[in-house]
Amino acid sequence: MNWFINTLSSSIGKKLMMAVTGLGFVGFLTVHLIGNLTLYGGQGLFTSYVEHLHALGLLITVAELGLLLFAVIHIVIGTLLFYQNLIARPVRYKVKKNAGGRTIGSETQPYTGFIILAFIIIHLLNFHFAEHTNETLFRLVFTKLASPLYMITYIVAMIVVAVHVSHGFWSLFQTLGANHPKYMPIIQKLGIAVSLLFGVGFGFIPIFISLIA
Amino acid sequence: MRQGSKTINIILKVWRQKGPKEKGRLETIPVKDVSTDMSFLEMLDVVNERLTLEGKEPIEFDNDCREGICGMCGAVVNGIAHGPEKGMTLCQLHMRKFLDGDTIVVEPWRSRAFPIVKDLIVDRSALDKIIQAGGFISMATGGAPDANAIPIAQEIAEKAMDAAACIGCGACVAACPNASAMLFVGAKISQLALLPQGKPEAAERALSMLGKMDDLGFGNCSNERECEAVCPKEIKITNIARFNREFIKASFG
Ligand code: HEM
Ligand code: FES
Repeated sequence: MNWFINTLSSSIGKKLMMAVTGLGFVGFLTVHLIGNLTLYGGQGLFTSYVEHLHALGLLITVAELGLLLFAVIHIVIGTLLFYQNLIARPVRYKVKKNAGGRTIGSETQPYTGFIILAFIIIHLLNFHFAEHTNETLFRLVFTKLASPLYMITYIVAMIVVAVHVSHGFWSLFQTLGANHPKYMPIIQKLGIAVSLLFGVGFGFIPIFISLIA
Repeated sequence: MRQGSKTINIILKVWRQKGPKEKGRLETIPVKDVSTDMSFLEMLDVVNERLTLEGKEPIEFDNDCREGICGMCGAVVNGIAHGPEKGMTLCQLHMRKFLDGDTIVVEPWRSRAFPIVKDLIVDRSALDKIIQAGGFISMATGGAPDANAIPIAQEIAEKAMDAAACIGCGACVAACPNASAMLFVGAKISQLALLPQGKPEAAERALSMLGKMDDLGFGNCSNERECEAVCPKEIKITNIARFNREFIKASFG
């Protein structure tokens, strides 16, 4: 057990946890996005998707607990890393420039993370913990997302997710040790594609809803 | 003066700090008639000569070879470690890269692991401590072994050589938004782990060098790539990925 604690508490160990949980979230968001596309098919298709999903029963509970565990790890370790990295440079530079490595995504990684956390709480309160049945979920989604405040919140949140993933995606492969000139350019392009897909895919849903509402 | 050379006037804003515990500040020093043929350090020499003649304390800065191979020099110039030129140490940077009237801000490497000694000099012995923790191979001494007794593929030798180009200047730490030493340690781990002589101790080395690095107060790598961008020897972050692999192998293998 000792080696396990030592491994995970080292700097690379903490990064590995960020990478594995981050990859888990990318997987989750992909499945979530595919599911949400049924919204475009109207109430019937969406409700049938929700019913099928909920019919999985125990499997869904296990997946939810897994996601919760991943979220706790990603948030706790991410916050710890953010703090440790801040105190690693007690006196800051008066003048500091980007030498060409940083991107908007990498520079804002912790901040976009905290915004996503705030959004996840709002999102779960809106739809997960709100009073609803399989049948009324469609209506709930429509009334919530049609309101301008929620629409803007959701769109902004999805842009923030896209920015977080634009760095996170390739970064997690680097953390896992997978970086080679042969395939890293492909991973980096894939990262941009995935973050665009998340941003546009999720972000267009509230726009679509307010258009047809 | 050689044909083609000219002089510029600059305004230096340089970090002055009397000692490790003292409070530092940026001092503004206007410098007239700087030959653009001078290196950055020669410019500082000239400034120091003038300061000394005026009875003032010269600016302390580290340097030795002045040809980009020893790793002693270094400062953050206008926000970039070793100044604006890619793949270049501060001693190799020339004043022709600056324009007449430029304000040039010069600050020491900043990291909790590199305490300031005086002005632009920082204590980089933390990097030596990481090397002492595992940046070596153990072998029986005796007669010199035959050259080329152990075949090494050209590609591997090149990769090891690229990693071994690290001069340990600490610019990676200075440039890293998290003051992490992962590029330095990644290079040192790689140069040994790639070669047959380094393999027997590879696992132990990865763990002990990482442990030391973490203890010394460096930050954690966030893959920001600023280290790679400023490295005077253009060491690649693929070496950090290799370090991560070596760590995974050592921990879970
Ligand atoms: C949609 C949900 C999220 C996804 C898909 C996601 C994905 C990722 C990925 C792939 C990484 C890169 C890991 C690596 O470089 O090895 C990462 C890093 C990070 N994430 Fe998230 N994340 C999400 C939510 C959050 C939340 C809620 C926080 C809140 C604290 C957060 C904070 C961070 C931080 C601070 C890092 C940087 C760690 C470091 O490199 O030092 N993330 N994330
Ligand atoms: S003085 Fe030796 S590298 Fe600059």
